[in-house]
Amino acid sequence: MIEICNVSHEIQGAKILSGIDLRLPKGGITALIGPNGAGKSTLLSLIARLEKLQGGTIRVDGADVSQTATAELARKLSILRQDTQVAARLTVADLVGFGRYPHHKGRPGPEDHAQVEQALATMALTGLRDRFLDALSGGQRQRAFVAMVLAQDTDYVLLDEPLNNLDMKHAREMMQQLRRAAHELGKSFVVVIHDINFAAAYADHIVALKDGAVQAQGRPDEIVTRASLREIFDLDIEVETVAGHPFALHQITPSSHR
Amino acid sequence: MPSETSLSSPLPRLRLSGESRTLLILAALALLAILLFLTLGVPRGAWEFALSFRAGKLAGLILVAFAIACATQLFHVATRNRILTPAIMGFDALYLMIQTSLVYVLGAMATLDLDPMVKYGVEVIVMMGFSTGLFLWLFAAKARDLHLLVLVGIIFGTLFRSLSGFISRMIDPNDFVVVQGAMFARFNAVEIDLLTVAAGLTALTLPLLWHMRHQFDVLALGRDVAIGLGLRYRPVMFVTFAMIGLLVSVSTALVGPVTFFGLLVTHLAYHLLPGARFAPTLAAGTLIAIVTLVGGQAIYEHVLGLQGTLSVIIDTLGGITFLYLLLKGARR
Repeated sequence: MIEICNVSHEIQGAKILSGIDLRLPKGGITALIGPNGAGKSTLLSLIARLEKLQGGTIRVDGADVSQTATAELARKLSILRQDTQVAARLTVADLVGFGRYPHHKGRPGPEDHAQVEQALATMALTGLRDRFLDALSGGQRQRAFVAMVLAQDTDYVLLDEPLNNLDMKHAREMMQQLRRAAHELGKSFVVVIHDINFAAAYADHIVALKDGAVQAQGRPDEIVTRASLREIFDLDIEVETVAGHPFALHQITPSSHR
Repeated sequence: MPSETSLSSPLPRLRLSGESRTLLILAALALLAILLFLTLGVPRGAWEFALSFRAGKLAGLILVAFAIACATQLFHVATRNRILTPAIMGFDALYLMIQTSLVYVLGAMATLDLDPMVKYGVEVIVMMGFSTGLFLWLFAAKARDLHLLVLVGIIFGTLFRSLSGFISRMIDPNDFVVVQGAMFARFNAVEIDLLTVAAGLTALTLPLLWHMRHQFDVLALGRDVAIGLGLRYRPVMFVTFAMIGLLVSVSTALVGPVTFFGLLVTHLAYHLLPGARFAPTLAAGTLIAIVTLVGGQAIYEHVLGLQGTLSVIIDTLGGITFLYLLLKGARR
């Protein structure tokens, strides 16, 4: 379980998060939703000790992230930030191989190679393994970074908008792979998702942030409703039920019905 | 993944990868350059004198080759940018300023009389202080902006250069000769007593570099990814910048400032070994630097009979490389 106690954060005097108290369950997919600037990415960075905690505590399976050795945390928890860029010239297989660094510290063994192959296969990158990153499209590169994080093989995986740049096919496949890893291997994913319908269809738990505070949390059918979406996004959104999932028609205003 | 040799498996894979083939060829070229440098144009009967004289110089050139290649590559890893060098950031301008201030404060005679160990020790400490200070200020703070870094570097470089220009105007013209000696790269007059100290200091970095080689690979992925993979980012950056300061002072002390040389050799290494790890790239960069410096000096001194202008040619070539990289838009 990830326990977030009374976490506040400000950047250059601007309040980003105020008094967040949250328990993210172990196992399954937790979707973080909310409007731009709600503090979703900051919260992920704080959980993954990329930013220093200014107030409050965060514990991952009981380990305080500001006290635990960073190398030890890297075997418990992995993160992929939004718009990650790598300056070095690397092949896809090399990049994914770096995901194993926390386990082998530079001397990969057979187990590491196997994990890399598996991560490449999961993200449908086996055919692109020897391509250099700068010769990939945005979506392919995104999949390569997700594969690196999967190769890290941690119990907790934090992903900031992993569906960025992905086409429909790969977006759906990625969410299906995450769900498989969550339910078959017991992994926990915390995923920032902008497309509310992906959250509704694949997440086990949704947390909605707004103005640096938790606005709502619960099962998808509790959060993806017309009333609660209006609270979260200040937007009137029609919600239908399609194939057992709530489905938000956020592209159109409800009055423009046929 | 490149094959790893560990203590438990003393034999590397016998198959020669493209990487090791390139490194072997470069090593052969470097050896050839060294042989040429030692043997070209030695007059009959003067072998003993020539060899002992040239061996000292050779050691200096090899030391400089390594120091420059290593400092530049470390700088590229730490800043995640392949177009900057410590020299462009004003590191060797600082070294010159230390020289000028020393002569100004102590006078030329006293400066020349200083124990080279003490003098050099002080210089290295100031250089390391500057580079780690720069790191603390620029990287530990929120600003991890590349443009800010470049700007600060250019301003520092200009500041140091102007200050040494200003101080040298106030120096006795006779004393200025001493400063002038330090202001231009001089590959043909490596000082032997300095060489021992510099070699000792450089030797200190070797075990550390070897120990940290995998960490540099992770560091090159950028701060967020590196921390995510469990790298202790701040200590690693701190040590990296301290080593850059040390290596720059080693090379500047031995031969004076060479602005573009590091850029030239590291980019040749990146080009020859695309996508390679830190350690093989450093080996390639050092070998290329040895070929260029030792080979170039051999041809210059012993074939063409010229003195001390090799740095001009190297900087010209390096400058052209720099322009080419800028035009190509290679911000990496």
